[in-house]
Amino acid sequence: MAPAETYSVLVEVRLRPGIADPQGATIERALPALGLHGIAGVRAGKAFRFDIVADGEAEALAQGTVVADRVLANPVIEESSVTVTKPASS
Amino acid sequence: MPARVGVVMFPGTNCEHDVVQAVNGLGGTAELVWHGDSSLSGFDALILPGGFAHGDYLRPGAIARFSPVMEAVSRFAEQGGPVVGICNGFQVLTEAGLLPGALQKNRGLRFLCTTVDVRVESDRSVLTSGITPGTVLSIPINHFEGNFTCDAETLAVLQGEGRVILRYVDNPNGSVDAIAGVCNAARNVVGLMPHPERASDPLTGSVDGAQLLSSLLASALTAARAEVA
Repeated sequence: MAPAETYSVLVEVRLRPGIADPQGATIERALPALGLHGIAGVRAGKAFRFDIVADGEAEALAQGTVVADRVLANPVIEESSVTVTKPASS
Repeated sequence: MPARVGVVMFPGTNCEHDVVQAVNGLGGTAELVWHGDSSLSGFDALILPGGFAHGDYLRPGAIARFSPVMEAVSRFAEQGGPVVGICNGFQVLTEAGLLPGALQKNRGLRFLCTTVDVRVESDRSVLTSGITPGTVLSIPINHFEGNFTCDAETLAVLQGEGRVILRYVDNPNGSVDAIAGVCNAARNVVGLMPHPERASDPLTGSVDGAQLLSSLLASALTAARAEVA
């Protein structure tokens, strides 16, 4: 078994496709006023970063996914993706 | 004997005293319950009032769902006890999975604080049992995340089973099918965005909300008698 190490976890939460995103739509409508044209499909979301001590990357990913599914995202309207990175020092 | 109603308070709940006053004024006996308590024995009904439980951090209701009292609320609901979530309480019940759907930010991104007309669509719920379907009630709303949403399959079930119990006459927040209130399959758990406790005294301009709370008190006593029998 791999020794326990600290892994950095990034969870991105976004609204499911088809769920109205008034925040994203408002941002998109504001962009032309700044002279920024040709931008479409703006979707607002949330990002969470935390550290997990785990025996290997697979376990860190599994634990991070539990956090994402049970707490950080509401599965009725949101979906999430979990990215695990090893600390640079290891 | 008056119906004993537990009013569940989370850190950030702010409508609990309005609910207590309205319930007591209608002949019930309301008692505050702290979210850290895990016992709800002796209550005939529960109300989760409005406010900003746990600051609405992450999402409204997302953290409140993990409060110790919520396991007791779930058990109470499973045993058929009447549970009503008002506004933030509705959001808590959806996050806890006791009611379907979710409440998103209002269409138009405005915080809404106004009085709206809602139509009672079904008398088959603990909150609407004493009201003739079609009755229009004038009740305040006060929310930023009141835009009820669910997938098409869930919506078809809610419509097919008559579980949409309240609809906005003039949809203020973009809710799918103008839904203002829903109930669970057993019809003992109800969530609604309007605040009936703020329309339960002539001083507040409307007493239409009292019809809903009176129905709940009657349902609570019926449920309590069923348990004793």
